[in-house]
Amino acid sequence: MSFMPVILWSDALVFLLLLSGIACAWYVRRHEHLLLPWRRVAQSATAMVSLLVLSLFLLAGLLDTLHYQVALPEKNGGETVYSPEVLSVFDKLLTPLRTHTEKTYSAPLAVTLYTKESISDVHGNVLREYPRLRYGGAQLADIQQQGNDVLRRGLSGALAGLAAGLLIALGARRRLAKRGWPLRALLIATLLISAIIGMFIDLATSYHVLGTDKVGQDVLYLSLKSIRTGLIIGTVTTLVTLPLALLLGIAAGYFRGWIDDVIQYIYTVLSSIPSVLLIAAAVLMMQVTIDTHPQWFNNSASRADLRLVFLCLILGVTSWTGLCRLLRGETLKLREMEYIQAAQSFGVSSLRILTRHIMPNVMHIVLISLVMDFSALVLAEAVLSYVGVGVDPSMISFGTMINAARLEMGREPMVWWALASAFGFMLVLVLAANLFADAVRDAFDPRLNRTEVAA
Amino acid sequence: MGDILNVSGLVTQLRNGARIVDDISFSIKAGETYALLGESGCGKSMTALSLLRLLPDGVVRTSGKAQLDGVDMFDLHEREMRAVRGGTAAMIFQEPGLSLNPVMTVGAQIAEVLELHQGMRGALVRQRSVELLGKVGIPDAARRVTEYPLQLSGGMKQRVMIAMALAGQPKLLIADEPTTALDVTTQAQVLQLLRDTQSANGMSLLLITHDLGVVAEMAHQVGVMYAGQIVEQASRTQLLARPLHPYTQKLIAALPDQRRRNQPLAAIPGSVPPLGSVMQGCRFAARCDQAWSLCSEKMPDWAILDNGQGVRCHLYQDRGTLTGEKVNALKGQDDATSDSTPHRESIILQVSDLRVHFPIRTGILQRVVGQVKAVDGVSLDIPQGRTLALVGESGCGKTTLGKALLQLIPPTAGHVQFSGHELIGLAGGELRTKRAAMQMVFQDPYASLNPKMRVAEILEEGMTALNIERDSAARQAHIDTLLDQVGLAHSFKWRYPHEFSGGQRQRIAIARALAVSPQLLICDEPTSALDVSVQAQILNLLKSLQEKLNLSYLFITHNLAVVEYLAHEVCVMYLGRIVERGTAAEVLGMPRHPYTQALLSAVPRIAGQGVERIRLEGDLPSPANPPQGCHFAPRCAHTKDICRAGYPPATKLSSTHIVHCYLYGEG
Repeated sequence: MSFMPVILWSDALVFLLLLSGIACAWYVRRHEHLLLPWRRVAQSATAMVSLLVLSLFLLAGLLDTLHYQVALPEKNGGETVYSPEVLSVFDKLLTPLRTHTEKTYSAPLAVTLYTKESISDVHGNVLREYPRLRYGGAQLADIQQQGNDVLRRGLSGALAGLAAGLLIALGARRRLAKRGWPLRALLIATLLISAIIGMFIDLATSYHVLGTDKVGQDVLYLSLKSIRTGLIIGTVTTLVTLPLALLLGIAAGYFRGWIDDVIQYIYTVLSSIPSVLLIAAAVLMMQVTIDTHPQWFNNSASRADLRLVFLCLILGVTSWTGLCRLLRGETLKLREMEYIQAAQSFGVSSLRILTRHIMPNVMHIVLISLVMDFSALVLAEAVLSYVGVGVDPSMISFGTMINAARLEMGREPMVWWALASAFGFMLVLVLAANLFADAVRDAFDPRLNRTEVAA
Repeated sequence: MGDILNVSGLVTQLRNGARIVDDISFSIKAGETYALLGESGCGKSMTALSLLRLLPDGVVRTSGKAQLDGVDMFDLHEREMRAVRGGTAAMIFQEPGLSLNPVMTVGAQIAEVLELHQGMRGALVRQRSVELLGKVGIPDAARRVTEYPLQLSGGMKQRVMIAMALAGQPKLLIADEPTTALDVTTQAQVLQLLRDTQSANGMSLLLITHDLGVVAEMAHQVGVMYAGQIVEQASRTQLLARPLHPYTQKLIAALPDQRRRNQPLAAIPGSVPPLGSVMQGCRFAARCDQAWSLCSEKMPDWAILDNGQGVRCHLYQDRGTLTGEKVNALKGQDDATSDSTPHRESIILQVSDLRVHFPIRTGILQRVVGQVKAVDGVSLDIPQGRTLALVGESGCGKTTLGKALLQLIPPTAGHVQFSGHELIGLAGGELRTKRAAMQMVFQDPYASLNPKMRVAEILEEGMTALNIERDSAARQAHIDTLLDQVGLAHSFKWRYPHEFSGGQRQRIAIARALAVSPQLLICDEPTSALDVSVQAQILNLLKSLQEKLNLSYLFITHNLAVVEYLAHEVCVMYLGRIVERGTAAEVLGMPRHPYTQALLSAVPRIAGQGVERIRLEGDLPSPANPPQGCHFAPRCAHTKDICRAGYPPATKLSSTHIVHCYLYGEG
């Protein structure tokens, strides 16, 4: 076998999330009344367009989750030896981006480096000049042609993308129309997105579309790789936060008395400790543990990955208090509602009241604050990376990108593209998530969705 | 005297073009009261807000004229309009608790008006504020000026609102449901105050209300509104003696009353069409039993009869001819038939000396410094198949009592025996099964149904919890029967509660309680959030269910008219204790306790003109600190020395009639 699949801890969690997502979808599909609100989601143009964008991000993240090790050509006594480098399917697809590293900074679509260097020419004279890039625009004989070449490739790529988008749209149109999905919005979005992707692909084969960073890595590659880290921090942390906040919050609000006191003390204490301090302490302790047990890991990727998972856990433990407080307050209000008292007088058990009556009625708060937290978490990761307790420095993330670009904002001429790309990708991701969550919330609010006018 | 307000052709629309106030014209003479009567959602408040140009976003006045004291209000600049609001025309709102700013003292809020509209400054403002508060009957006005709204009771707040309105010396006072949120005795005080100030200042009053009793007491002229239109306009005497429009007739006939005890109320089927739905023809046609084909095709024109009574109905299009059979649904009522002989059925619920005390805690250590005696030694029995009404003002502990019976609030002491089993002290599964046959119907149908559950799920819940009909098909069949019983279609099963009107929601709530086949329903003000016509539907339903299923009701209410209609026995509660109990005929016909007498006389009645009123001074004392001796002594007109000494013992007036008052003791 020329490769061996590797499943890292975070991969396992992602697969778990994916499986539970599929199971939920399967369950919903079989129940008409549960399917109904999702049908309404499907009819909203904003929701579907943001879902389209979101699913592209998810696709990138998932492809990046399928890890493997390549077999090395030489064998060790008949046993296949695998490369210590762990790659993902996404890496494989982006091989040119990954391998085409320059010497140092270069601007987007540039053909030369960003800084002058001393070059000795054929005659032995030393000149201060912008040296040509090793890969970016290497096919050009003359730098002057760069403008025309970029335009030509951009246009042809966009046209190819458009054509592909049209094919997809034509193929899917019938099925979409049959279900009453917003055809025009989806069509426009598909064409636009495929044109942009086509343009990027065509340009990326011979240029660094978003420039390169300090060590010459392609910024587009870094941004694409950061997606997985961002998604994992956003979702796995939520996985930790949600049960804590939801259970403790509604239990505190519903039971009152000593349960409320205990839970309130816990989260008051927890939120009065500066969270960065707590995280820093926990991460540093873990770092020491990892460093003293090198035998646990057979490659650097699994070390970095464990650190990521641990960071998610620690972020989750420190960030559930806000949502918990919110849910406690809402539950305090809900428990006085008469339908709760009606249920109590039937003798419905407390657990059932919590799950059947209170939980569905706080879900809108949960959904909105989770999506809000998602962007906050991605940003928190950047802050923590700055302090030095974020993800492993070898792991590519928006945080490390921003952190690396931070210092370069002050120099003249400014290196802006790394920060701008991280910003742009995060913006699109968080905005799409926000818009989608908003549409979902609206679709699930029965007050906004009358199935029929009451008789 | 001339007209102070003259409105003609007022139209107010939603952005989508729906007319929520549709071509309204009326005029108010100086010193007179004009009442706009109608159920909720008829556009009454929108009419008032249109006049003051205070319409919410998305609602615009599109045509019409309104002359206030000779000035056309719709031509004024917004700056001039501000001088009119609070100056020439003042407004008071329904919820006094919400219309006063909680962080400003009462005096500061009155001063605001004085400074703005009277140009007063300094000490004069304070002096005038005290004067105004004294005028609206607030005792110790000089001290009250410096207090915050939360230190005042609901009735006091409404008085402060009136004082604020009077501060600008308005010629027209617009009162939007001024007493709906208040108790009957407080309502009587506030209405009296409005009448007094009106006669003292010669002010005109535009009274917006849904309560026919209030109209009968206050109004000179009445306009009946339905779905954005005035459907009938007449003087009070004309309207009450001979209502013309079928809607008005029905509205009057739907009022519960002692005389209608043994017959169903004339409920109007359906409910008011939602504001903004576009309508063709007569808007009442769908609910009218005298409608014919023309009614749904053509909107009737405004017709004025010979006696000056105006009506919008096809029945009267041929001007002025009144045929006997078309009018007056009120006639032909049976006289009060005496109650059938007292049932000697088994007692289903027996409560003795029930107490619910809430400790007042202060400080870090949560030391108990006192007790709020919400329910303080209540004993009552409810026989099978009978209705016991528990009457009292808000804050007297009646709702707490209801919940304590169900053990939703743990009682402090006493006994609750339900069909022979003691409930107090039980817990868990045992309580669940013993209590199953006692269920509650709540006041607010909007808060008592979980918005995220469908009707079938709501009805199913009790069955699941109590293991009734485990088989799912049998359960669905049971749900269908329940829906039949409360008069809802089977197709409603899979809908969410918000798709229903208030009356339908209350039916669902009743069905939910019936799902576990209870013997006793505790109804906590089940109709107070509903309109009169819908209230009649629900009362009819409760009555027929009682006949069919032999249910017992504990009916908690402050609405005496409902009690007269429905109850077999009545308990009057004051400050956590029952002051008088007996059969409905005894308590309502011959009230003995001064409080019961005051309560009964405070109810505004259509036919109640000339009845002498017993005015209660002050408000309900705090149950944390009840007065010495008889709780009612400080407000009672017949107080003797003995009343302040100790709580009066029970005096038996007949085998069923018991009163706690020294007036009827041996001494």
